[in-house]
Amino acid sequence: MTQSNRLEGGRIDRTRTLNFTFDNTRYQGFHGDTLASALMANGVQLMGRSFKYHRPRGVLTAGSEEPNALVELRSGGRKEPNTRATVAELYEGLSANSQNRWPSLKYDAMAINDRFSNFLSAGFYYKTFMWPAAFWEKIYEPIIRKAAGLGSLSLEDDPDAYDKGFLHCDVLIIGAGPAGLAAALTAGREGARVILADEDFELGGRLMSETAPLDDAPAPDWVAAVKAELETLDNVRVLTRCSVIGAYDHGVYGAVERTADHVASPQQDKPRQIFWRIYSKRAILCAGAIERPIAFENNDRPGILMAGATRSYVNRWAVTPGQTVSVFTNNDDGHRTAHDLLARGVSIAAVIDTRPDAPEIAGMDMLRGAQVIDSKGRLGLKSVKVRTSDGDVRDVTCDALAVSGGWNPNVHMTCHQRGRPQWNPTLAAFVPDDNLPPGMVVAGAANGAFSTAAALDQGASAAVTSLQDIGITARRADLPTAEDAPIALSPFWYVTEGKGRAWLDQQNDVTVKDVKLAHQEGFQSVEHLKRYTTLGMATDQGKTSNMGGLAIMAELAGKSIPEVGTTMFRPPYTPVSMGALAGRSVGMEFHPTRKTPSHTWAQEQGAVFVEVGNWLRAQWFPQPGETHWRQSVDREVLGTRNSVGVCDVTTLGKIDVQGADAAEFLNKIYANAFGKLPVGKVRYGLMLREDGIAYDDGTAARLAEDHFVVTTTTANAVLVYRNMEFARQCLWPDLDVQLISTTEAWAQYAVAGPNARKLLQKIVDPEYDISNEAFPFMACGDITVCGGCRARLFRISFSGELAYEIAVPTRYGDALMRQLMQAGQEFDAVPYGTEALGVMRIEKGHAAGNELNGTTSALNLGLGRMVSKKKDSIGSTLSERAGMNQPDALILVGLQPLDTKQQVLAGAHLMAQSGDINAASDQGYITSAAFSPTLNSSIGLGFLKGGAERQGEILRAVNPLEVGTIDVKVVSPHFVDPEGDRLRA
Amino acid sequence: MHNLNPITPLGGDTCRIHDFDGLKIVEQTNFALASVALRHNHSPAAIQAFLDTSLPTPGKWVAHAHLNAMWIGPDQWLVQAPYDTHELLATQIKMAVGDSASVTEQTDGWCQFEVSGSRCADVFERLCNIDIRAMSRGDVTRTLLHHLGCFVRCENTSDRFCVIGPRSSAESLLHALIASAKSVI
Repeated sequence: MTQSNRLEGGRIDRTRTLNFTFDNTRYQGFHGDTLASALMANGVQLMGRSFKYHRPRGVLTAGSEEPNALVELRSGGRKEPNTRATVAELYEGLSANSQNRWPSLKYDAMAINDRFSNFLSAGFYYKTFMWPAAFWEKIYEPIIRKAAGLGSLSLEDDPDAYDKGFLHCDVLIIGAGPAGLAAALTAGREGARVILADEDFELGGRLMSETAPLDDAPAPDWVAAVKAELETLDNVRVLTRCSVIGAYDHGVYGAVERTADHVASPQQDKPRQIFWRIYSKRAILCAGAIERPIAFENNDRPGILMAGATRSYVNRWAVTPGQTVSVFTNNDDGHRTAHDLLARGVSIAAVIDTRPDAPEIAGMDMLRGAQVIDSKGRLGLKSVKVRTSDGDVRDVTCDALAVSGGWNPNVHMTCHQRGRPQWNPTLAAFVPDDNLPPGMVVAGAANGAFSTAAALDQGASAAVTSLQDIGITARRADLPTAEDAPIALSPFWYVTEGKGRAWLDQQNDVTVKDVKLAHQEGFQSVEHLKRYTTLGMATDQGKTSNMGGLAIMAELAGKSIPEVGTTMFRPPYTPVSMGALAGRSVGMEFHPTRKTPSHTWAQEQGAVFVEVGNWLRAQWFPQPGETHWRQSVDREVLGTRNSVGVCDVTTLGKIDVQGADAAEFLNKIYANAFGKLPVGKVRYGLMLREDGIAYDDGTAARLAEDHFVVTTTTANAVLVYRNMEFARQCLWPDLDVQLISTTEAWAQYAVAGPNARKLLQKIVDPEYDISNEAFPFMACGDITVCGGCRARLFRISFSGELAYEIAVPTRYGDALMRQLMQAGQEFDAVPYGTEALGVMRIEKGHAAGNELNGTTSALNLGLGRMVSKKKDSIGSTLSERAGMNQPDALILVGLQPLDTKQQVLAGAHLMAQSGDINAASDQGYITSAAFSPTLNSSIGLGFLKGGAERQGEILRAVNPLEVGTIDVKVVSPHFVDPEGDRLRA
Repeated sequence: MHNLNPITPLGGDTCRIHDFDGLKIVEQTNFALASVALRHNHSPAAIQAFLDTSLPTPGKWVAHAHLNAMWIGPDQWLVQAPYDTHELLATQIKMAVGDSASVTEQTDGWCQFEVSGSRCADVFERLCNIDIRAMSRGDVTRTLLHHLGCFVRCENTSDRFCVIGPRSSAESLLHALIASAKSVI
């Protein structure tokens, strides 16, 4: 197809023809085109269907504010719905499809909605789908979602990478139009660290769309010279295709750089987008302004677009939106469009200016004091109906209409920290208030300075001021002479004539009538208006529509526009892809992995791993012939209880506690006493929260009078360390105590079972006597192993067996594991994983995370006597609250099914053998359950009211969600070796 | 001499090296580390004497002879020395400083990667929020890098840095360094 609407000139590279498809039709454009400009060049006006009524829509703007021309770009995993054709750069092979239509863009069956528009007005859903209430989630909402909406996802994984990054600068300049470039030049020449970011792929902003010269030369020439100079300055970083999307605290700005959206796919290993966090000392907002439409009946037809956008298409991309164009304006700026079109040889049908005193334009049919009151053309504009100043109605034949209702400064980022803009009656627009985010200044059109000369001037001044603030004396850059036209505008928001629909928000199909209806129904607050009508929602956030809605609401409410006010401006300024927000944190890279010292060895054994926090721990070690994990776990438990097993327990937190007051500090941290713990001994300890609830348990080993090693559970290692640091720094700063984590520095293995000592005696160097007499239960000390390797030995037991934990510097952990298993061959030593560890601790009745669940006290855990009354410690006082010490308090008990073939399940609630099954009958609940190969029975731990006195009782374990109800017997939580003979052997 | 073979944080027996155009990532293992925390009512003189240099202030590290020390908190420093000559660094320091400071062996708690070359800043700005271009030799800062708490030490202004991170996550840390290098270079 020929590019029938292509003009001469422009900033496209005609030597680089690009092939692309839209709805499977092949077209050609040029390098430098956007999808919108290329489609326009090919005479394609119809680009999409509207959200609700499926109205035919074409392009309205030439920038990121576009509400209509939304397409699905690419396919498969790279498919991106709701892409604005106005900012999608053309590349070879680009494939785009229209969206929200069936079966085709031209013939959309869902356009039937448009016929029922009287029923589908604002609040339609709320009024219609009230009853029956149960239908909402299952029936109404799915149907509405299917009928409405825009593009669709492919549901395939995105194959591309997205980076996050961090930049620092003295001055961040947002927007590279005349103000931004003047600021960058001024700040850059002074040597300040400057970041200049613009969402466009070219610098220059409106300078690239206008014909007014700078210093008698085309404006793009000046832009090119500035660009060239900035490129020579090492202190200036220019980010094109980079949208600054939010102003956050402390001068931090979010920005998304689209590094590979303009090509078919990113290069290998390169990101598609980068989400930058920019730390700025000062920021200069030069975000420009957005032109606003004038609402009139059927003002949404393809071919009706903004006047400024028309100039962009004509001057920058060398395309005309139509062969015969009319202009509808309330200000002088609209006249420029007519001039530029005429200069390019495009026929101007009429210039319709709402102002009776509008200046004449030579050579054009100028209709002053006139209004466009309707338009015709189903899939593209054919004509507009004009009410002239003398009351006549004229049909003006044209295939495009350029509309200008004035310009709105882009104040969004000035308001991201709850600021509100102020009304400027001269501009009939909101401009930035003084209450800006700290460190921000605004320049150019964003500040209401609409002439090029004013923008240049404000940009340079803003740079000087900003640099001065941070101690850099700056001189304004030399600036070119530029147009300095005054603002000549007469506010005009919508045409009152006509019974049809005049569109305000074309993305959400919100009409003038909808706003009136909302007002009539009491939704008069601007925030209510937004939510009731959806005005200003979705991808464009109402950039072209909000002001119109506010103006109408003001009129209806009898208020001024500033009295009505704006809705809250929130980041992001433009849509941000989920990929950019996720960055590299996807899939297996969602978080870093921690590996234990024996990880490689465990992999060699075919271990099945489980994530515990970031750690990967061996869950069990399958052996040939084992087809079910229970077989592996049962074998590991029995192997350990009958002989010896080895488990990597490096993951448990280790906190080195030193200082003259280390013992006193631990006395305050732990509920039980540590002051008199002898050197060379370990003690089990329980930590309480301030409210008396138990939150972690572990051991503390005293290596010297002033030196302890505290161990924590794996899950709470960081929490305990943080709490201890808080206590050290804030609660008791006078105590002489120093803390540091050593979790990673030592590889630590539990060696458990009746043959544990025999095995270790083959590893521990002979000068260290680890006999029961010399190294009894709860002993600890420095030793050497394997011929002189430094090690620590702790005689502690989680399994209930004769057990030790042996630690060596982490680099030797792999080797020690191999040595232990080799030395253990004669004892049939087994490695065991976290499942067997869990089974054995349940058999032994040791509490773990399931029991330390944030609701249980030491009393509940059967450890009430551990809370020392002779000293003060965190949580000890509040643990004495009466409510936590009732006679029928929940107490940890063991539970065993009467029928050993039945399974105890964690989560079941305990109730009397007879009576109702309901919450009122609840007597407790089961926290942990496992099959005990030692007892050949399912067993459980749970909390039971008054449980200490109820051993032998039969209760029902009620679990309606899983196995139903089984009878269980209340037993001691210590299923194995309740007297502790084994661990003291 | 014991018969346990050491492995590197990455699980190998030699240090890994990754070369890119303008960037080199080298796993370093020949270091011993010890944390030193001044006890209450004691002078840092003994620590200074051991280091034979003044102690670094916040955000700084100092080097003298085979030793270097970086500030890690109020009255706390991390001292580093070559492993082959200072395997028992913590013991050596403790003997020198006595009760004036708490000393804890940290050697195998950490992994270390030297990142050098002209593209250092470009790579680091995709990894962590420190102002890497403003760092000069003698600066060190703690930062989150791929969700990991790490030290980034400037060894030579603009083109040589050390990343010191948790040993158990050495592979994840290296992965992040390589992914960023490939992303940039």
